[in-house]
Amino acid sequence: MIHLIIAPIVLPAVVAAFLVLVLRHDLASQRIVSAAATLALLAITVWLYVSASDSAPTPYLLGDWRAPFGIVLVLDRLAATMLLLTAVLAVAVLIYAMAGWDRAGRHFHPLFQFQLMGLNGAFLTGDVFNLFVFFEIMLIASYGLMLHGGGAQRLRAGFHYVAINLIGSTLFLFAVGLIYAVTGTLNMADLAIKVAQIAPGDEAILRVGALLLLLVFALKAALVPLQWWLPSAYAAAPGPVAALFMMMTKVGAYSIVRVYILVFGVDAGAVADLASPWVIPAALATLALGAVGVLASPTLLGLVCFSIIWSMGSLLLAFGLFDQSGLSAGLYYLLHSTLSGAALFLLADLVSARRGSAADRLTPTPLLPHANLFAGLFFVAAIAITGMPPLSGFLGKLLILDATWRNPLAVASWVMLLATSLLVIIGFARAGSTLFWKVADRPAESVAPASSIALPVAVIAGLLGATVLLSVFAGPITRELATTAQQTLDIKAYVRAVNPAATALSRSEPR
Amino acid sequence: MEILVASGIGVLAMVGLYLVLNRHSFPVIIGTTFLSYAVNLFLFAMGRLSIDKPPIITKGVTDYTDPLPQALVLTAIVISFGMTALVVVLALRGFLETGTERVENGERPPSPSDARKRKAARR
Repeated sequence: MIHLIIAPIVLPAVVAAFLVLVLRHDLASQRIVSAAATLALLAITVWLYVSASDSAPTPYLLGDWRAPFGIVLVLDRLAATMLLLTAVLAVAVLIYAMAGWDRAGRHFHPLFQFQLMGLNGAFLTGDVFNLFVFFEIMLIASYGLMLHGGGAQRLRAGFHYVAINLIGSTLFLFAVGLIYAVTGTLNMADLAIKVAQIAPGDEAILRVGALLLLLVFALKAALVPLQWWLPSAYAAAPGPVAALFMMMTKVGAYSIVRVYILVFGVDAGAVADLASPWVIPAALATLALGAVGVLASPTLLGLVCFSIIWSMGSLLLAFGLFDQSGLSAGLYYLLHSTLSGAALFLLADLVSARRGSAADRLTPTPLLPHANLFAGLFFVAAIAITGMPPLSGFLGKLLILDATWRNPLAVASWVMLLATSLLVIIGFARAGSTLFWKVADRPAESVAPASSIALPVAVIAGLLGATVLLSVFAGPITRELATTAQQTLDIKAYVRAVNPAATALSRSEPR
Repeated sequence: MEILVASGIGVLAMVGLYLVLNRHSFPVIIGTTFLSYAVNLFLFAMGRLSIDKPPIITKGVTDYTDPLPQALVLTAIVISFGMTALVVVLALRGFLETGTERVENGERPPSPSDARKRKAARR
């Protein structure tokens, strides 16, 4: 059964190839196969989570080559949590897309599966170069998904998105090259040992490489000052795609946690704790900029995008502590912000498709059909994302505030998080009242989409229901996540699991 | 040789960076290819520059060259090649649909010269 570890990568890859080669012209069977594969993926990730939850990190050696020489995948609690979240989000997004978006252009389902393959690979890999490769798989699929449906605005935003990510990939390679040049390895478990024993003359090169890598991950996670690409790209992407992209920013955050705890963490000798002076100040700036953006946005999608940037600020504020309470608070917030952000993107898509020429601009329109239903959903989603009680955003924020308490930047963190929360609440309240309460006197436009809203609304309600469950079961979930954080911080257990020979070697020779 | 390779990488990266900051899409594409050339050479040099040494274990040889950067470079070349093809198609589609090849956001009415260019490209 150990081979199931690679299934989250192999299954979407095979299904995507099958969809594009065999079922190219048959949307109905594409939908059936794609949905079946995604549900199977969900089942596999549940099994992987259960099997990871009561054991040490499990390595999967490809071709049975020993760890520092071959390619290795590692399943631990952190990776399993991210895989499970991705699969849950994927099922929801896929159901939503089947209500119509997958008809807007060709090859939606294969690209969707390739995107899942890249995401799952990035979470599972135990090797920095393979992290690059899976980032690229994820990005290539995301370019296709973002441009799904076409149109001038989407093409223009797409060009920006592709160009910025090409430059990001180049930086990633420079960083990988620098790290390889002085350590001679790219396996994370092996790096964790080699980095601690770095020769004094090579420190500077290693430091530059590690900080370049941080820059790349910060670009993916949309940390200030590298967040400019996000609003235009996510606002131009189709609704379900933007919802799936919620996971792409989380990959950046996950990579920061993984690499800067495992490789450049407390045990890294000369380059120990490399990321911590940078992440928290950047996260505070991200909070400020995201909140101001929420207030200033003239469109609903812009508002949602900036609230995502703001939530990435909160997330990285917790992750930037690099300790157990920060990590478990951040993970709880990550679950919450992914689900509620995705719900918000889907809702924005659903509402703006029904507003005719006003689209997603924050201007009053004639009364919409189902206005009360939309307003209710928006109200719940806004409560969730802005972090008001009783939903999970509030609990997540409390956990983050509690975790930052002992940090030197505690006062700044508290002031920033609470003040920007207020700004975001004002922004959402204003947007909601303009969209749903103010009614223009114009006669209603005849708007085309006559399709049923039952399925999309059910998906959005399901995602919001998941955030409700997150807050109802907050106790067991936070205990579970605390164990996950503990395991993530246990570098020695990870290295021992992946590379037993190396730990024996390093113990025998005194440092 | 080190100075030659290092300054070559530096010049390529510099040219690439300059072009990427351009406001037209074609120079941006050329810029990203220059950057990818720079990074390919850079990765290659990371295995240390050495001449006439075998990468695979052979009898009677003590000094080897590192084969791993070559594998890394190969992967990087394939990926950057695919990306360049994609971004060229994307820029072409954008040009044909919007009638301008300028990169910046926001709407701008197409000027007469843009319309002429667009017609020429269609032909």
